[in-house]
Amino acid sequence: MQQDYTISAIATAIGEGGIGIVRLSGERAVEIADRCFRPSGGHRLTECTPRLAVFGRIYDEEERFVDEAVCIVMKGPHSYTCEDVVELQCHGGSLVLRQVLGLTYRLGARPAEPGEFTKRAFLNGRLDLSQAQSVMDMIQARTKASLEMAAGNLQGRLSEAIGNLRQEILEIIAHLEASIDFPEDDIEEVALGEAEMKVEHIYSEVQDILSSADRGRILRDGLRTAIIGRPNAGKSSLMNLMLGQERAIVTDVPGTTRDSIEEYVNIGGIPLKLADTAGIRDTDNLVEQIGVERAYSYAREAELVLAVFDGSDGMQEADEPIWHLLSQCSGRIIVILNKADLAVRIDEDEIRQLAAKKEVENLYCIVSMSAKSGTGLKELEEEIQNLAFGGKIGWQESVMVSDARQQDILRQALLLLEQTRITLMNGMSEDFVVIDLRSAWEKLGEITGDTIGEDIIDEIFSRFCIGK
Amino acid sequence: MCKDDIFVAGEYDVIVIGAGHAGVEAALASARLGCRTLLSTLSLDNIAMMPCNPSVGGPGKGHLVRELDALGGQMGINADETCIQFRMLNTGKGPAVHALRAQADKKHYQFRMKEVCENQEKLDVKQLLIDELIVEDGAVKAVRTENDEYYLCRAAILATGTYLKGSIIIGEHTHTGGPNGQRAAEKLSESLLAAGIELMRFKTGTPARVDSRSLDYSKMELQPGDEEARNFSFMSDVATREQVPCYLTYTNSETHKIIMDNIHRAPMANGLIKGVGPRYCPSIETKLVRFPDKERHQLFLEPEGNHTNEVYVQGMSTSLPMDVQLAFLHTIPGLEKAKMMRPGYAIEYDCINPLQLKPTLEFKKISGMFSAGQANGTSGYEEAAAQGLIAGINAAMKLKGQEPLVLKRSEAYIGVLIDDLVTKGTNEPYRIMTSRAEYRLLLRQDNADLRLTPIGRKIGLVDDARWQRFSRKKEAIDNALKLLQGYIINPSQEMQQLLAGAGMEGIKNSQTLYDLLRRPEVTYDLVQPLFSLPELADEVKQQVETAITYDGYIKKQMEQVARMERLENRRIPGELDYADVPNLRDEAREKLQLVKPMSLGQAGRISGVSPADVSVLMIYLEQQHRLEGERA
Repeated sequence: MQQDYTISAIATAIGEGGIGIVRLSGERAVEIADRCFRPSGGHRLTECTPRLAVFGRIYDEEERFVDEAVCIVMKGPHSYTCEDVVELQCHGGSLVLRQVLGLTYRLGARPAEPGEFTKRAFLNGRLDLSQAQSVMDMIQARTKASLEMAAGNLQGRLSEAIGNLRQEILEIIAHLEASIDFPEDDIEEVALGEAEMKVEHIYSEVQDILSSADRGRILRDGLRTAIIGRPNAGKSSLMNLMLGQERAIVTDVPGTTRDSIEEYVNIGGIPLKLADTAGIRDTDNLVEQIGVERAYSYAREAELVLAVFDGSDGMQEADEPIWHLLSQCSGRIIVILNKADLAVRIDEDEIRQLAAKKEVENLYCIVSMSAKSGTGLKELEEEIQNLAFGGKIGWQESVMVSDARQQDILRQALLLLEQTRITLMNGMSEDFVVIDLRSAWEKLGEITGDTIGEDIIDEIFSRFCIGK
Repeated sequence: MCKDDIFVAGEYDVIVIGAGHAGVEAALASARLGCRTLLSTLSLDNIAMMPCNPSVGGPGKGHLVRELDALGGQMGINADETCIQFRMLNTGKGPAVHALRAQADKKHYQFRMKEVCENQEKLDVKQLLIDELIVEDGAVKAVRTENDEYYLCRAAILATGTYLKGSIIIGEHTHTGGPNGQRAAEKLSESLLAAGIELMRFKTGTPARVDSRSLDYSKMELQPGDEEARNFSFMSDVATREQVPCYLTYTNSETHKIIMDNIHRAPMANGLIKGVGPRYCPSIETKLVRFPDKERHQLFLEPEGNHTNEVYVQGMSTSLPMDVQLAFLHTIPGLEKAKMMRPGYAIEYDCINPLQLKPTLEFKKISGMFSAGQANGTSGYEEAAAQGLIAGINAAMKLKGQEPLVLKRSEAYIGVLIDDLVTKGTNEPYRIMTSRAEYRLLLRQDNADLRLTPIGRKIGLVDDARWQRFSRKKEAIDNALKLLQGYIINPSQEMQQLLAGAGMEGIKNSQTLYDLLRRPEVTYDLVQPLFSLPELADEVKQQVETAITYDGYIKKQMEQVARMERLENRRIPGELDYADVPNLRDEAREKLQLVKPMSLGQAGRISGVSPADVSVLMIYLEQQHRLEGERA
């Protein structure tokens, strides 16, 4: 028997195990896996024989490589839950696993409730009667654990922020509903234009919270970072310095192809995801056109660009393309004046002037350092922390929305608010506006654990004077 | 109860206690379904009385009337025959919330309903005051009147409105009684308590009635009815009717001063009122206290009928002393010389806690005993009638040994109303509101017949005439939709010219007429002559257009319904003892034990029951199911 939703969760213990499994169960399990997993043989997952381990790669919806994985499809009823089950065995490391999990959510899976795989297994007849008790034990125990975890968050900013937004939404709903249910009462008509502005505001607030989730994401997934600089500026030494400093390499997959080698370094507690490190190493030695182009395009999209200049050398003609590239970067740029232990021939002011002249808009700061000796690394760490968490937002708050489920809820709420905006823009009437607005309100309540109650009606009666 | 020692005055299948809006629907349904039925009332002159406002319908309420009608109830037809003004409200706010509201001729409404009841086969109407309910072995057996007559029954329906220990309060004065000088049912409450039924004390109120001849309408705004003739019932064809207008006026600072100067004399302040009143129907004194910044409150002057000068002052519900009532009325434009014919008053009454009922409206504790209407803690004629119909149907179904009728929240406002009552209970007189329905777009007043006529037919309340009429309409809608879906138009030059000629934008690709009609500005009437489509009746056209224009939204709600349905369809056995279910949280166990939900869906709507509790329950039920299988 198939249940309504396809669910997905990390099935292995949290930690840095060798292998981590993301498990999907439900009608759409195979379809969702098929959309992110490419078997290495070039065929589709749907063409593979069930129950056989298939080697391949996971790509996100923007075709970015995520991880190599082994995928096993188990068709219902020959699976743990008796539904279609897909297991994606990844390279472990919670960063990658969460990334894969988030990807399955975005492709249509729902976060599994505590104990839901086992619940389905029982309901679908997989587990025998004697196991019923332990299934029930598990559901309540895991729910309690997850609520306690949420309660930790509840005291934090998230619940407060969500609570405020829900109240704002509730006020719009109550006004609309009051005018619908009491059309002859003396209630000011809802100006839909005004409602549109309010929804717009709430939308951007939710977006902000989601981007705070980005801080959580940075912690999990790493800050996409590019290191650029002309040959011999000191890129390799910088990287070696960072790697040597902090042996927190999470994933290092030296594959046969080098186009997607990624390494994580942990700088001041912030994981930087360095892509194309091979390219960086290579271009120091041999100028290879393809490698450079690849590095450039990565740099343009990176969230953080570390631009390394040789401070002892001053600006050279070879630095020109680097400046040109910097003007195209969308991420924040930290200029590193390397070889500060030698006689410095260019100072920070000159760099700033140069940046202005070359139309480099995203210059974040300039750090003088010596990649060889390690001086200045501390300063660089601090600047990166500031950049990632805005200085004032410290570590504690930054875990606000690190939970993939919460993020999924926010994402869905955002879609519903977007729907509301569209409905309003199309000039649809009140009852349609309320549909999506109510859904958004209920959706956000899932984060704070508030359920649908008499709230709307209470709000109507507390705000409006109604009655015969 | 030994039959030899008592005077058995009659024997019925079903006895209905009370002949208000709940009682008459219950009795008519029961009798029409073949049960020998007794409708008892403490005054034969007041069957289907409207003791408060002279109107039927409005948002949510109008929906209920249409649903009731589709199932074979009487209220819609009766209103169509006797009401004196009809208006469709909310026409600018979307199809889901259009709401029909009518001004009633109160006496005409009553007498017509009395006539229908008196002429209904298998139904006896009697003036009796019921003092006692005879319950033996957990089942209702009979009722006893104040004169010690016993009427035996196999089922009974409590429809006592505001009459249980009714108490009237005006200012410092209070006396026992029902509304409008009626007697109260003083003793029945004790009998209910003795049977283990929990009672609550609610309060409601009504404004003064003033003499039409003493009003200056020139100082008020005219509120006419709609030009277009409208009807509640899908069977009514009333095409023209006299439309009597209402009038609008406002309170002012002088009115407010008089009330606030005397607020200490209001029963809510002097302690005479202890019952809980409804928030949506506050007295004028409550409004002033709660919303002190509001400079004026609107008042509608509504005629009570064609053959009376009594005018209802809507918005002015009060239980202030007589002198204060009169004084503040005279501050209102148009009412300066108003003569008061009846004062406003508050009424307190006993009602049952509806959590004691199954979704069939039968008491969990007393087999065969049903309850409907204001006795269940609701308010409003329409809410009462809707429950009455369901209680009447289910009493009959029970006696016939057939499946009860429980309407889903996704099927009808009636389902929302009853589910709210028996799942969440209520702590004030409950009024239906469209905002209580989560699938509002599906529960439109215009499609009540499409939703419910087949159900009414299955139950046996939809006669052949109604069924044929419905089937014709349904067929016409289906055919029209099929035709539009199959009619493909291509972006040829001729086509673009044809469309442009009718003031429409051209098409880019081949599409169906169904798609063309999705555009908000395109109506069936616009398209019909261009493609020689059949002409459609207005009611058919409306359904076709709504189905197409709101296709996406409707589909979305239907998907939500389908998702909920899985839980709704998982039945929980009535005899389940929640003490036996391990792993429920205490709060959940307590609530579940109290409500005894019929399905997992209903269980999930009980406040205090978490999704994890529902999961646990699901596992437990499956476990029990398999254990039974093993035993068998």
